[in-house]
Amino acid sequence: MTIDKRMATATEAVAGIKDGAIVLVSGFGEAGNPTELVHALVDQGASDLVVVNNNAGTGHIGLAKLLEAGRVRKVICSFPRSAKSVVFQELYKAGKIELEVVPQGTLAERIRAGGAGIGGFYTPTAAGTPLGEGKEARVMDGKEYVLEYPIRADVALIKAERADPWGNLTYNKAARNFAPAMGMAARLTIVQVRKIVGLGGIDAEHVVTPSVFVDRIVEIPDPVSEAAALLEEDAP
Amino acid sequence: MTIPGRLNRDQMAWRAAQDIPGGACVNLGIGMPELVANHLAAGREVIFHCENGILGMGPMAAPGEEDFDLVTAGKMPVTVLPGAAYFDSALSFAMIRGGHIDIAVLGAFQVSRTADLANWSTGEPGVTPAVGGAMDLAVGAKRVFVLTTHTTRDGTPKIVEACTYLLTAAGIVSTVYTDLAVIDMTENGPVVREMVDGLDLDALQALSGTRLALSPDGAVLMAPEL
Repeated sequence: MTIDKRMATATEAVAGIKDGAIVLVSGFGEAGNPTELVHALVDQGASDLVVVNNNAGTGHIGLAKLLEAGRVRKVICSFPRSAKSVVFQELYKAGKIELEVVPQGTLAERIRAGGAGIGGFYTPTAAGTPLGEGKEARVMDGKEYVLEYPIRADVALIKAERADPWGNLTYNKAARNFAPAMGMAARLTIVQVRKIVGLGGIDAEHVVTPSVFVDRIVEIPDPVSEAAALLEEDAP
Repeated sequence: MTIPGRLNRDQMAWRAAQDIPGGACVNLGIGMPELVANHLAAGREVIFHCENGILGMGPMAAPGEEDFDLVTAGKMPVTVLPGAAYFDSALSFAMIRGGHIDIAVLGAFQVSRTADLANWSTGEPGVTPAVGGAMDLAVGAKRVFVLTTHTTRDGTPKIVEACTYLLTAAGIVSTVYTDLAVIDMTENGPVVREMVDGLDLDALQALSGTRLALSPDGAVLMAPEL
């Protein structure tokens, strides 16, 4: 049997995601978002989801569309507030969604730790601040640290630039951001890529996410740009 | 209050930039700190770090040449210089938390006499809490420069006895650059290194919420026309 993780469509790629799933969604602002996979998840219908992303969606596209469809019970993120995060802000103010704000580095490390089999870690970030309250604290070498626990997820939806059929990945510029850590931390990692190449088409020295972390790949040659879509929404 | 020597935003950024040594790796916070990149001293090469996974960030992208896969922490399209590197968020914050960033330039709501920083939330009800990378930068950078006006618009001091806004991190501010003064945060509290022309310590003290000391090397804070 040969290993081939390619799926024909985004719909096929997101099949089987269950209600109540913890879903990691890559991206920073509008860079690196797996918009087509998130839209396929909207159509797939899973609800009561817990979504982990650096932000909380902008405009009415991608993650914001999933929120607007009422599928998300809780968002775990570092920065949910921006001028264009209108959907989340309305839900939050109406008490219709839970929010856990996590410092960005702690968020990234909790996800990395989840993928790396770490049971918890001490970080100086947030020690002595409201976000460190109620957390186990330790002073080591004169510095205060708080205990943080890993994030392990049911599903990761991530965007990459290239994949081979085994699932080795490369990324494009700063669109990489949370994807490599998220790809490690989920039981089912689903990737949309701009181009799928043959085995050997990615130099082994250049692989960023090794194939073992990836379960399903779908080629989306011309993904929507959320940033461009937002600019269009703004246009008179 | 009219103070003739008061600095504008670019002059404040210029002054902070003069204290960035050549060879430093620097992270600029969103807002006024971003102006620092425009005012580096000639001949000093500096590497700019961006929390979302860039070392070697260059100028903002020209109109029509934006690449939305290449943005700043503030989500603005930017460029990179030859020598740049991309990496993931976990590695980016390992750089920050691990003490590999020499200087973070951050904004502030308040700085306390014990060098605590409050810059992420005023805690007002109805405002969605959001922290981003502020806490990691504050605890992780070797030195934290704060760039802020000396008081709020209504004249309330930002340099205070103890922060009343939600803390970002405790005891981490190195130096505060305001429109009126350069103030080093020391074990003995804030020490004024420079003040703008036409201001004496009493006048500056009146605009501050905690006792200031004057450095024996105190100088006039001057900036070019910008």
